[in-house]
Amino acid sequence: MTTFTDTATTALQLLTELDPQLWSIVARSLWVSVLATGLACSLGLVLGAWLGVVRFAGRDVLLTVLNTLLALPSVVVGLLVYLLLSRTGPLGYLGWLFSLKAMVLAQAVLVLPVVTALTRQCVEDAERSHGEQLHSLGARPWLRSVLLAWDERYALLTVLIAAFGRAISEVGAVMVVGGNIEGFTRVMTTAIALETSKGDLPLALALGLVLMSVVLLLNACISSLRRWRQRMDGAGADPVQGVLA
Amino acid sequence: MSAALTLRDVSVQFDTHMALHGVNLQLHAGERVALVGANGSGKSTLLRVAHGLLPVSRGHVSVAAEVRQAMVFQRPHMLRTSVLRFVVWGLWLQGTPWREAHAKAMHALERVGLQDMAERSARTLSGGQQQRLALARAWALQPNFVLLDEPTSSLDPHAKREVERLLTDWVASTQVSLLFSSHNLGQVKRLATRVIYLEAGRVLADLPVDVFFNQPLGESHPEAHLFLKGELG
Repeated sequence: MTTFTDTATTALQLLTELDPQLWSIVARSLWVSVLATGLACSLGLVLGAWLGVVRFAGRDVLLTVLNTLLALPSVVVGLLVYLLLSRTGPLGYLGWLFSLKAMVLAQAVLVLPVVTALTRQCVEDAERSHGEQLHSLGARPWLRSVLLAWDERYALLTVLIAAFGRAISEVGAVMVVGGNIEGFTRVMTTAIALETSKGDLPLALALGLVLMSVVLLLNACISSLRRWRQRMDGAGADPVQGVLA
Repeated sequence: MSAALTLRDVSVQFDTHMALHGVNLQLHAGERVALVGANGSGKSTLLRVAHGLLPVSRGHVSVAAEVRQAMVFQRPHMLRTSVLRFVVWGLWLQGTPWREAHAKAMHALERVGLQDMAERSARTLSGGQQQRLALARAWALQPNFVLLDEPTSSLDPHAKREVERLLTDWVASTQVSLLFSSHNLGQVKRLATRVIYLEAGRVLADLPVDVFFNQPLGESHPEAHLFLKGELG
């Protein structure tokens, strides 16, 4: 109990005294995850919205693969990105291995199926519900996917927040491709794993608290967003409300 | 006179269910045609086929080149935008430049009495107001052929009357053709010039409105007889 109390006290000191080592790790984590989420969302939102509207042979197979990728272990993603970026890999010439770029890429690959699958579901529900009304006005599938995605923008904002949550709490992939190099590729999750194994529990706990705070903040954002949407929509029913939020 | 819309031996099949079965129809400019029949008789499917929203499994649909269609749905989906932009979007999708669409949309809102709500969120409107907004959007497109899928079935009596009045004004001012489905026989009598009775995806009767109501389908079609008595649908 004394150990836990001491650890917690030291962790709080690190936080309140703005320990530079701790906060540099936090900043790096946020930076990597924001970039990865941005990258995954820019592709995943478009791909998901398109998949939500268009129908083609093999679509069901593609959706099955996509849904399978949702459960892809992060260390496997790390391994695949490692193989891609290793000296003998197809992207080895980039020299990104054990860099922040590699970590951004790994997290983006990990988050991309999440964004794509949730966006697809959201837009497909909207298409089923009222896509024909846009079709009736002359909107072809591509335009319809854009309009439906825009119409469901608050639900998609929730997808974005969920994707960021997945990215920032990920440890396996960034550990494999980043190497957890101190002051360079060490992020919150990899630092927690390392410091715990070294026995430096205060730093691990302080980072854990920050990570928990980030997740808590994200959930608060989701709740606020949901309430805001309800207010904006008045009493009108929203078919996707509650599905993703 | 050439037909504005022709359905020739049209069948629509959903998996094993035949929603329409060998339907033959010709609709001419200026006609106001009501589709009646019990739920699941194929009214909505026929409207969607006529508007090109559903492909046919067999047969052929042809629309005359001069026909400009617009469709009003039973429950119009309100885009997450303002009342004014709801109409503007519709015009823009049909090729009207955004700025020009604003003026046209405002004019359409005035026509349905929603001009004072132009900046309100479309989703905050009541059911009746939403249907009037859907009518405004359809009206703004300046169609000469309007398809309406049970446009008043989800509305209260006051809103129903208001929507019906707008439709009557529309018809009186532009001679627009109507093809609408309805369970409301009073409404059919007031709005239609011709009635098509559907049962299980087949056209059982296609008659002028006065003939339809005065000379019922008889005992050969007991369901139609019950429908006219108001006991079905």
